[in-house]
Amino acid sequence: MTALVPARLRFGDQARVASIGLRARRLRSALSALGIAIGTAAIVAVLGLSSSSQAGLLHEIDRLGTNLLTAKSGQAFSGQAAQLPQEAPARISRLAAVEQVADTATVDTAKVYRSPLIPPVSTNALTVRAASLNLLPVIATSVDQGRWLNSATATEPVVVLGAVAAQRLGIDRVHSGQRVWLGGQWFYVAGILKPAVLAPDIDTSALVGYPAAQRYLNHTSIVHGKAANGPPSTMYVRCRTSQVSAVHEVLAQTANPESPNEVDVSQPSDALTARAAASGAFNSLFLGLGIVALIVGAVGVANIMIISVLERRSEIGLRRALGATRGQIRTQFLSEAIALAFLGGAVGVAAGVLATAVYAATKHWAVVIPPEAWAGGIGSAILIGALAGLLPALRASRMAPTEALRTV
Amino acid sequence: MSPIRRRRTPVLGDGGAPPALDLAAVTKTYGEQPPVRALRGVSLTVRKGELLAIVGPSGSGKTTLLHVMGTLERPTTGTVRIDGVDVDRLDDRGLSALRARSIGFVFQQFFLAEHSTVLDNVADGLLYAGVEVRERRRRAMEALARVGLEQRASSRPTKMSGGQRQRVAIARALVGRPAIVLADEPTGNLDSATGASIVELLHELNADGATIVVITHDAELAARLPRQVHVRDGLITSDSARERIDVPAEIRS
Repeated sequence: MTALVPARLRFGDQARVASIGLRARRLRSALSALGIAIGTAAIVAVLGLSSSSQAGLLHEIDRLGTNLLTAKSGQAFSGQAAQLPQEAPARISRLAAVEQVADTATVDTAKVYRSPLIPPVSTNALTVRAASLNLLPVIATSVDQGRWLNSATATEPVVVLGAVAAQRLGIDRVHSGQRVWLGGQWFYVAGILKPAVLAPDIDTSALVGYPAAQRYLNHTSIVHGKAANGPPSTMYVRCRTSQVSAVHEVLAQTANPESPNEVDVSQPSDALTARAAASGAFNSLFLGLGIVALIVGAVGVANIMIISVLERRSEIGLRRALGATRGQIRTQFLSEAIALAFLGGAVGVAAGVLATAVYAATKHWAVVIPPEAWAGGIGSAILIGALAGLLPALRASRMAPTEALRTV
Repeated sequence: MSPIRRRRTPVLGDGGAPPALDLAAVTKTYGEQPPVRALRGVSLTVRKGELLAIVGPSGSGKTTLLHVMGTLERPTTGTVRIDGVDVDRLDDRGLSALRARSIGFVFQQFFLAEHSTVLDNVADGLLYAGVEVRERRRRAMEALARVGLEQRASSRPTKMSGGQRQRVAIARALVGRPAIVLADEPTGNLDSATGASIVELLHELNADGATIVVITHDAELAARLPRQVHVRDGLITSDSARERIDVPAEIRS
């Protein structure tokens, strides 16, 4: 007499049996998987979007170059605003590793308005700056509309607006005769700049030429007893990429040898990189929402499985009569719940990836889905399916065969 | 008491064939207060190759008897031997394996999976016996041929008549060539002509060697089978294979 040992179900048979309930009630299965799908989609999309935006920002930083240094006039020990020496840009440009130097000077005495009728307090937080003519290539931006200053317009009452400044002044187009009220007189608008990512100060500036600032806005300094262009307040220094830190070290001393402590030196790309790293943090709220959706989905799956066990009593009874063990019934319902959650998770991951891809495409970012996003999405869906299916599966397996076969 | 009819099979408790099923002094009591004694000492031997009816009115304990014979329930006392195996010595897994190997069930409600083909429904009869899927389908095709439905192998049960569905269910019970087939009111949901054709089929299958026990309340159906066992109030009151039954006085009164 051979021992009576129940035969093991092959994996293929296991999968076939588990899929029966799903195939028999497609709409119901789809709806209960939807909850899981929404949760996973939210999680994957949130993680994917933040990674993609990070990648986009880093790519942007690479494009703009990491070899830009800025030197600003800081504070003196007394606490007063310090001034850079008038000849600082020329001195810096003599450093061997420096490729280009541009500079701007804040003209504190002048403000820019749409018209003389605007109350003087409504400055829109805009700054008037005098700018050297080589500013645009150094800070890696360009003109969006119109044109940049040249050696002729730099001496005339002509202004170029930063991207934000134009928006705040309500100017979206450049046409001949377009003017703004700047420092108590009309300045003609020559152009509008694109956003300057590495030098956000420029975005909120109205830029004029140094000679114009000297002539019309009274921004002057005295050199050897004669009036000259006013002192710069910010210098933008492009240096060889391999020598950035060396230049960084000597920049303050070169700019102002008498009091290097009055010069603030920074590397704008550093700040952007830090911002890229930090941008992953904003989405914990959405991540939380995704997890809540997953839990709601799990409750839906558990609910549908319990109903399924009640409805399929006779199927359970039949299977027991055909020789299924309790364990095989338990496995059937458990794997059905897991399959349901897995389908939902897979659909959700696909939806999340799609949402990320569409959004990234509109922003021209690379699509980056971190592995922990999709693996975690599928993994948590399977885990949740197992948890949700456990109780119904236990109930199904504990049902006595005769009770299951009793017709209502 | 129904009269003893012409015997179509010669095997009638004469010890010729080994027993497929052997019940000895089986009782079954449900509940505590008050306990319901569904079976009160049933002894029955079904030999291989037999076709018999267990007949009795509702409440006679015949459904409990079916469950005990099919190992879906354990007896309170007494022994059940199926195909030579003592059920009492098996745990739940052992019972499952015994059902998968040695017992086939046919139910009044057919219990077919509506979303599977007829072939897969029949093949499911071998699912828990550990038979590989291609072999299951091959043997299911044979079983369908035995009940005359090989043409409908790929249709769905929902598109079939009641009689055809019962034939599918019978094929499922027979596909594993079990030691015993237990049919619970196999004609209960069918009209009389269809029911008669099912009885005819049972006869044919029995002639091929299948051991079949039909549980029914229908004395007319029972009379068309070679052996009738009458059940009443949890006891066997008559067995056409035996000369005389010792019916306790309390029942006779």
